[in-house]
Amino acid sequence: MSKRLINIIVPIIAVILGLLAGAIIMMITGYNPVDGFSALFYGMFGEVFYAGETIRQLTPYILSGLAVAFAFRTGLFNIGVEGQVLVGWLASVWVGLAFDLPKIIHLPLAILAAVAAGAMWGFIPGFLKARFKVHEVIVTIMMNYIALHVVNHIIRTVLTKGAERTPDVPQSALLKSPMLELMSDYSRLHWGILIALFGAFLMWFILEKTTRGYELRSVGFNHHASEYAGMNVNRNIILSMVISGAFAGAAGAMEGLGTFGYASIKGGFTGIGFDGIAVALLGGNTAVGIILAAILFGGLKVGALNMPLETGIPTELVDIIIALIIFFIASSYIIRWALTRNSKKGVK
Amino acid sequence: MDFFQVLQIIIPSMIFLAAPLIFTALGGVYSERSGVVNIGLEGLMVIGAFSSVVFNLTFADTFGALTPWLSLLVAIAAGVIFSILHAVASITFKADHTVSGVALNFLAVGLSLFLVKIMYDKGETDRVAEGFHKVDIPLLKDIPVIGPLFFTDAYYTSYVAIAVAVLAWYVLFNTPFGLRLRSVGEHPMAADTMGINVTKMRYIGVLISGGFGGFGGAVFALTVTGYFGHTTISGQGFMALAAMIFGKWHPIGALGAALFFGFAQSLSIVGSGLPFFKEIPNVYLLIAPYVLTILALTGFIGRADAPKASGLHYEKGKR
Repeated sequence: MSKRLINIIVPIIAVILGLLAGAIIMMITGYNPVDGFSALFYGMFGEVFYAGETIRQLTPYILSGLAVAFAFRTGLFNIGVEGQVLVGWLASVWVGLAFDLPKIIHLPLAILAAVAAGAMWGFIPGFLKARFKVHEVIVTIMMNYIALHVVNHIIRTVLTKGAERTPDVPQSALLKSPMLELMSDYSRLHWGILIALFGAFLMWFILEKTTRGYELRSVGFNHHASEYAGMNVNRNIILSMVISGAFAGAAGAMEGLGTFGYASIKGGFTGIGFDGIAVALLGGNTAVGIILAAILFGGLKVGALNMPLETGIPTELVDIIIALIIFFIASSYIIRWALTRNSKKGVK
Repeated sequence: MDFFQVLQIIIPSMIFLAAPLIFTALGGVYSERSGVVNIGLEGLMVIGAFSSVVFNLTFADTFGALTPWLSLLVAIAAGVIFSILHAVASITFKADHTVSGVALNFLAVGLSLFLVKIMYDKGETDRVAEGFHKVDIPLLKDIPVIGPLFFTDAYYTSYVAIAVAVLAWYVLFNTPFGLRLRSVGEHPMAADTMGINVTKMRYIGVLISGGFGGFGGAVFALTVTGYFGHTTISGQGFMALAAMIFGKWHPIGALGAALFFGFAQSLSIVGSGLPFFKEIPNVYLLIAPYVLTILALTGFIGRADAPKASGLHYEKGKR
């Protein structure tokens, strides 16, 4: 079996195993898996409204998945997407509130602010990794919590006077579209999906079609060899984290300017960053794979909301399924081993 | 309000908030010393909190005042069982340790809330009937200065935490078992050559961390929150991870770091009512543990290095 084929088959097997495990859990807990899954899939695409909500949900997933994947390709694990999303969200809303400009300037400016804020939040772990050899996983986890508390603090003291949420961002900086909302039966669908798809194209282009992208991937494969070939490994590490953070910041703008149109005090994380890890892993860290994985996970998350209404199954079942899919992907060593062993037998 | 009164407010609440972190950070130490990165501490705490609260609610009538202690044992067992997933994925199936840990966190939250909804038909449990209560330790509380600070308004679990940290240090650094555990985390090939079963030692390391993580989560649920819901454990596991690193992968270091983080947390809660501290915006106290951990890693506060083989898979015969 070719390596390419295996790379496609492994995620599919992982998804099937995850859904099977979900069915088994439903049976054990006394629910009918057929009813459960039909409610789930109906809640994903069964009505125009659900389809609109699914697309809204998968928009930030594509971007956070790209963020995780971009760092992965350079051999870095950015768990800090969650925090980068939060600072991006805040920055977009801040710019949205602070200026009064025509839409053609205001909206791009607000999105760029989010991108810059995310990039800055990604720069710190990248710099610490390059300069002090500090493991990026730990730093990004810590940066998540710093982001959470700092963002809450800024909303409470700078943007408002002790309120729980900011005022609504003016129309001139919003991604929201009355036309899309009308078309999708008043879901919260917004223009962000175009930005997300453009982001996926951008990642593919940077990594596959530019010299810089070649260097980034090369550092990911073997940073000793890259160093020997004359590449500046440290600069590539920082650049990778900055671009990764920029994608994450854009994901935050999707929530700040699209779905919600304001920023609010948070008791915990949005989950967009952590789900981005799942999206990137399932998508094999490629642009097309990430779009497909985001459709699946975004759909599962939205479809899950329909399950308690129709069948009484708690929405958390979907979280279990997603967690198990990650486990199966992570343990793909054993799936690959089983696949290649069988194919070797065939050759003999 | 004089200085002593300030201490009398801060120190008991510091120890009280540090106890869950101490247990969980010790779990992190054992896992990482054996060479397995455990980002899943948060998930293990969730499982510990969930199982202890459910046991407590179900059996409070049967066991009476003994219930909270039995709940802790149940939580340890649940944590050990749950951590088998991480061990199998990251040791046997050679999954990336961090990815497997992230999956563990997802699964813990999903599974426990799923079960809560099925069992109680709502998003969170009732408050436990038999939690731990504040006690004044007889005799010791009468010691001047130390008594009021350390032996009044305290929980027994806090003393257990400190005792267990010392025990964990002794086992890790003064027993053959501890030496073996550390050796597979530093140089698994050398350990293998000396006849140590690397896989077995790493499994033991992860399972111990599961037990500690479950213990920590249970202590948090039964002393701090008193019920289980989706916000019960929100970041304590990651803070324990930070304490482990800040403590330089050493049980006593982790104990000290956890106490310090408990201090920062207690200031962020009670600080607004105290002179001097109320001048400091809350946000600085909230982010202090995380900023300090980053500074510790960059070497500004003494270099912190992970065990050498931490996060790497061991394959026999690989050069």
